[in-house]
Amino acid sequence: MSDIAGTKPALRWIVQASVLFLVVLWVIPTLGLLISSFRTADQIATSGWWKSLFPSEQNLTLRTAAPDTQILENGMYVIEGNLFDEGQKATISKWGVSSRAVDAFEPGQTAELRRGGTITVDANGNYKAQNAEEFTGSRGPRVFVSAELPPEFTLDNYHKVLLAEDSTDSMGRAFFNTLTVTIPATIIPILVAAFAAYALAWMEFPGRALLIAAIVGLLVVPLQLALIPLLKFHLNIGIGKGYLGVWMAHTGFGMPLAIYLLRSYMAGLPRDLIENARVDGASEFQIFTKLILPLSFPALASFAILQFLWTWNDLLVAKVFLIDASGQTTVMTNRIVELLGTRGGNWEILATAAFVSIIVPLIVFFAMQKYLVRGLLAGSVK
Amino acid sequence: MHPAIQGLLTIAIGVSGCVGYFFLSNQFLDKVLFPARGPNAGRNINRANMIRPWLFLLPALVAIGLYLAYPVVETLRLSLTDRVAGGGYKWVGLDNYVQMVAEPKFWEAMRNNMFWLIVVPAMSTAFGLLAAQLTDRIRWGNIAKALIFMPMAISFVGASVIWKLIYDARPAEQDQIGILNALYLFFGGAEPQTWLTIPFWNNFFLMGILIWIQTGFAMVILSAALRGIPEETVEAAVLDGANPFQIFFKIKVPQIWNTILVVWTTITILVLKVFDIVFAMTNGQWETQVLANYMYDKMFRANDWGVGSASAMVIMLLVTPILVWNIRNARREME
Repeated sequence: MSDIAGTKPALRWIVQASVLFLVVLWVIPTLGLLISSFRTADQIATSGWWKSLFPSEQNLTLRTAAPDTQILENGMYVIEGNLFDEGQKATISKWGVSSRAVDAFEPGQTAELRRGGTITVDANGNYKAQNAEEFTGSRGPRVFVSAELPPEFTLDNYHKVLLAEDSTDSMGRAFFNTLTVTIPATIIPILVAAFAAYALAWMEFPGRALLIAAIVGLLVVPLQLALIPLLKFHLNIGIGKGYLGVWMAHTGFGMPLAIYLLRSYMAGLPRDLIENARVDGASEFQIFTKLILPLSFPALASFAILQFLWTWNDLLVAKVFLIDASGQTTVMTNRIVELLGTRGGNWEILATAAFVSIIVPLIVFFAMQKYLVRGLLAGSVK
Repeated sequence: MHPAIQGLLTIAIGVSGCVGYFFLSNQFLDKVLFPARGPNAGRNINRANMIRPWLFLLPALVAIGLYLAYPVVETLRLSLTDRVAGGGYKWVGLDNYVQMVAEPKFWEAMRNNMFWLIVVPAMSTAFGLLAAQLTDRIRWGNIAKALIFMPMAISFVGASVIWKLIYDARPAEQDQIGILNALYLFFGGAEPQTWLTIPFWNNFFLMGILIWIQTGFAMVILSAALRGIPEETVEAAVLDGANPFQIFFKIKVPQIWNTILVVWTTITILVLKVFDIVFAMTNGQWETQVLANYMYDKMFRANDWGVGSASAMVIMLLVTPILVWNIRNARREME
């Protein structure tokens, strides 16, 4: 719309700035989690994630190489090397050799070691420890440094969360369980609903209007009502808690929205098309499979996305109908809630686990946003 | 059997079962029961056509009846009974409801739910409307929209983790890792706050999460409605010298009023069912209980199906006006 904004530059800038503000406000929470998932536990616990994007001043306790690397040089025992890991570029501003005076020395100065000998540390972390006698012990002397470290990120968290054998941290199994719940729970309701939607849209029979009204009504029935009666029902017919139960539950709960979305789309298809097919002698079953189903693809895709997001992100239905005491069938949302309880402080695990569960819906979201928007529009603006 | 294989098998069985059912039942109807030949061909075709819709509808109706309609009745019945030790139920009339309204936790949940019901739909719709109006006017509007819409795809549980990090509090002498506390201290706050344990206000911090998620939904729907406004009405207002605010509030908003109502009610229904956020963030501690979590507590922790069902019926009762309104709208649409 090129009305007022085009004529007043000041207003246009205000609009741009406000949108930018909104977008930043909406993106920052997710960004914080994403960045945190690439930081070590220490980094997360000691500084805000927003600081990790810039070099930071940190106090570190490091060690020189072990005494068994010492060499004899001009009658002195020498240990030489760099305090930092390979590839790490840090700048030391102060350092010390005692925990009581961690910033006693400038880079380049030489300090007396407590157990004999001297050490010199440069700004870039190079050190040289010298002693007239042999260095002993299994570990090198400690060096305390205040250093400016560049931003540093790691993939260790993902490695740990996805691949660890240790079941308390692992999300691998939960990931596959979630997938196992989601895919059948997305495909089956579509098929069942499509047939019903066709009947409601293009077949004449008494009670049709009443049925449609009932489905619109059931759209808003809270899930909560269904929990106990259906759990009882599942236990009675012997399927108990498990995948079959959760698939059936998702199919039932998704049905009203599926029928509603598909019916309104199918009802909008051109009447001539269907009448002609009928005149040509096609059976209703043929019309449905050969004509209606392919034409309704956009509506089918819309519902598929909504149902996929909903089943992937669901916690309540999985908790009630799927997850039993064995813990073998846990889904990601449930794992994360458990982690929040038991390891509320372990942000590196929590952030990574959460991101693993978020990433799949996000990909689906960005790849198929068009259909999602269409589905939401059809589902509400009616 | 490995669950993944079981899943694939279920898809195969489910899909072929569905298709098989529809195909075979139609064949049976046309070829065996009422064949379209012989002396009664015409009558048979009519009869087949009367039955066919119900063949198409049957699986869906069974699913809906079993998973949505039956539970409403059954929950009502359960709310009026108590389980007897050793199995069986006994009729207790309204005892469960009486017991429920005597509990302070229930009223806490009711009070909080009322705040949720007012604040979340209002704020989400307002932000959504603002975002829709502003992004429609700029070149990178579509990117902005996608980013504001993105939280829609994130689970309530994932969002809870995201926001828990934002609300995190560390002792005053340490660096804050929660951005809210960092900002609070930066702008002169005295000491870090544990936001989620401040009674009453913590509710609003939880609501913030749902607003963050739902604004995108409101924006998308309202943006489509705004685009549907006839250009002439806006142009006429411009010619009459209306300023942008007048155009927005006096010309545009009244024309999309119905859509605003739809967005509002859709979010309202969602709010009534909100469970995951409270469950994951505070589990109803520090006076943040809401009805859905109260119900879960009663049913699965206290194992009190009677009171649990009673509280579920309260949620149902709160949804009912919207249900009726929706049905009336749909019927008007159909006529």
